Amino acid sequence: MPEIRNMTMNFGPQHPAAHGVLRLVLEMDGEVIERADPHIGLLHRGTEKLAESKPYNQSIGYMDRLDYVSMMCNEHAYVMAMEKLLGVTPPVRAQYIRVMFDEITRVLNHLMWLGTHGLDIGAMTMFLYCFREREDLMDCYEAVSGTRMHATYYRPGGVYRDLPSSMPNYQTSKWHDEKQVEESNETRGGSLLDFIDAFTARFPGCIDEYETLLTDNRIWKQRTVGIGVVTPERALQIGFTGPMLRGSGVEWDLRKKQPYEVYSELDFDIPVGVNGDCYDRYLVRVEEMRQSNRIIKQCVDWLKANPGPVILDDHKLVPPRREEMKDDMESLIHHFKLFTEGFCIPEGEIYSVVEHPKGEFGIYLVSDGANKPYRLKVRAPGFAHLSAMNEMVQGHMLADVVAVIGTQDIVFGEIDR
Amino acid sequence: MTAVTENLLDRLRQRFDGYLSSSRIDVGQITLEFKADKLLEICLALRDEDAFQFTQLSDLCGLDYLTYGQADWETQDTTSTGFSRGVSARSQVEQEHSGPRYAVVYHLLSIVHNQRIRLRCLIEDEPLLVSSVAEIWASANWYEREAFDLFGIMFEGHPDLRRILTDYGFIGHPFRKDFPLEGNVEVRYDEEKGRVVYQAVSIQSRVLVPRVIRNDNRYQQDDEQASETE
Repeated sequence: MPEIRNMTMNFGPQHPAAHGVLRLVLEMDGEVIERADPHIGLLHRGTEKLAESKPYNQSIGYMDRLDYVSMMCNEHAYVMAMEKLLGVTPPVRAQYIRVMFDEITRVLNHLMWLGTHGLDIGAMTMFLYCFREREDLMDCYEAVSGTRMHATYYRPGGVYRDLPSSMPNYQTSKWHDEKQVEESNETRGGSLLDFIDAFTARFPGCIDEYETLLTDNRIWKQRTVGIGVVTPERALQIGFTGPMLRGSGVEWDLRKKQPYEVYSELDFDIPVGVNGDCYDRYLVRVEEMRQSNRIIKQCVDWLKANPGPVILDDHKLVPPRREEMKDDMESLIHHFKLFTEGFCIPEGEIYSVVEHPKGEFGIYLVSDGANKPYRLKVRAPGFAHLSAMNEMVQGHMLADVVAVIGTQDIVFGEIDR
Repeated sequence: MTAVTENLLDRLRQRFDGYLSSSRIDVGQITLEFKADKLLEICLALRDEDAFQFTQLSDLCGLDYLTYGQADWETQDTTSTGFSRGVSARSQVEQEHSGPRYAVVYHLLSIVHNQRIRLRCLIEDEPLLVSSVAEIWASANWYEREAFDLFGIMFEGHPDLRRILTDYGFIGHPFRKDFPLEGNVEVRYDEEKGRVVYQAVSIQSRVLVPRVIRNDNRYQQDDEQASETE
């Protein structure tokens, strides 16, 4: 009788479906997964330790690089932690801008997720469609902060600057003739808000397009229905948050339950799943994009009607305007102090959370009264999700591992930190 | 929200009378502090009792208080003397930290009561040993591996306590405050040996912005007011 042993297979770290640098050691009985052991840490940069050695305001940029597909939401949690410890509240307009960009970020993240998840399990077109819309939202990032991804736009006390009154236009080149350029510039005539407004009008149609490709597609359903089922009790037990938790049918959304900024004044719904499988989580995320679109629209309307300051006027915390700094002694001193020493945060500790596109993103900040954090801990939603990988894939086929990685919306920037 | 939080704190104080070494509300959040031997009992009660129902462990992390309250620059009487130009790391003790060096911090969430709570489990002495809560909340499994990896805190009863974030074969616990920011070893590709080799770090540690503690009078006033209201 020959001896039959399980096969151990190495998946990643360089694998297109590993969403970065995931190394999975799979113990397999034929093509069925017996045990999955994710090895993480290949992208560990010690963000928390680095932040402990830098003044508070210099670490905002690090936050962008945690979950590098939902940049501003990461900043939000960090900036909010500082604000809570300082006891300051940003102006209402800044809060609306933050909410609007949080939702833009959520759409960006979900589009990225939908595109790559589709690509992983065989729906090539999704990738192209999703990245088409992402481009417009990236332009919003660029218009407001100067960069397409790592914005560093949220600052303690508000946001870096007000929304620009004009959008940059495309220009003709040897690849794009005048007619094409005119088409691309159609919605770029007005301010950033007009541009976003036009986007919100168009976007539900785009989501319909995605849904016609996937929702009733039988290949898509074969690959996702009944895969990676998690019961609601188990989902809480293993630390699921965000769409992963709502996909299992738990109605829990920090934007509703523990509202921050101006979420309590906005009208939106929380989609929940029923079966807790990959397909339900897909439906939840798609519906979330529609809801985000609603929130963005409400924010745009409010922001158009209510001009005002976007950052506090407290120069112990917020650097003075460049013009003031040039000819006002006191502003120069404030500027100098802020950019050499930074500001000190009173002794205390805070756990500040936001409803990040992937789940609950928390910053645990301990201050001993210095200008640098004493301890910064990032609670990344993906970390808890990935830790449940083993039980989600047990008994499934190798190909389903890819579907589960996709449904968890894994990004290694935040997991490895 | 604050009344609800205070109410919960009262109930926690009653329930865990004699277990806690301190309990307080800090920026609207409850913190309970206790010694490591009480951990499992408190956690089980927090998860299972109807009054609490903290069914989710949001976060778990280690904490090293070695240099707490230490600054690089003296700020008390600098108006007469001016600041020194050189910086010697952590020369000034502005606030003394009382209590043990290491702690494990747990953040719990109760979705039934919509409440959060922070537990700080103080580790009195070497060996750094805490009971594992992986049996109580499955999400603790990786968090505890992370705390073990970064701080060297051992979790008794953990099913699989391995390093998680650092390199295979890594030596040391990098998030301890006495571990240098730039690390101890660096890697490079060795042409002759034809493989990647480890060597001692060649970069020097530099403090670009000194760590300063200023007891800002704006917040001191707040503290006084807060203590008056208490």
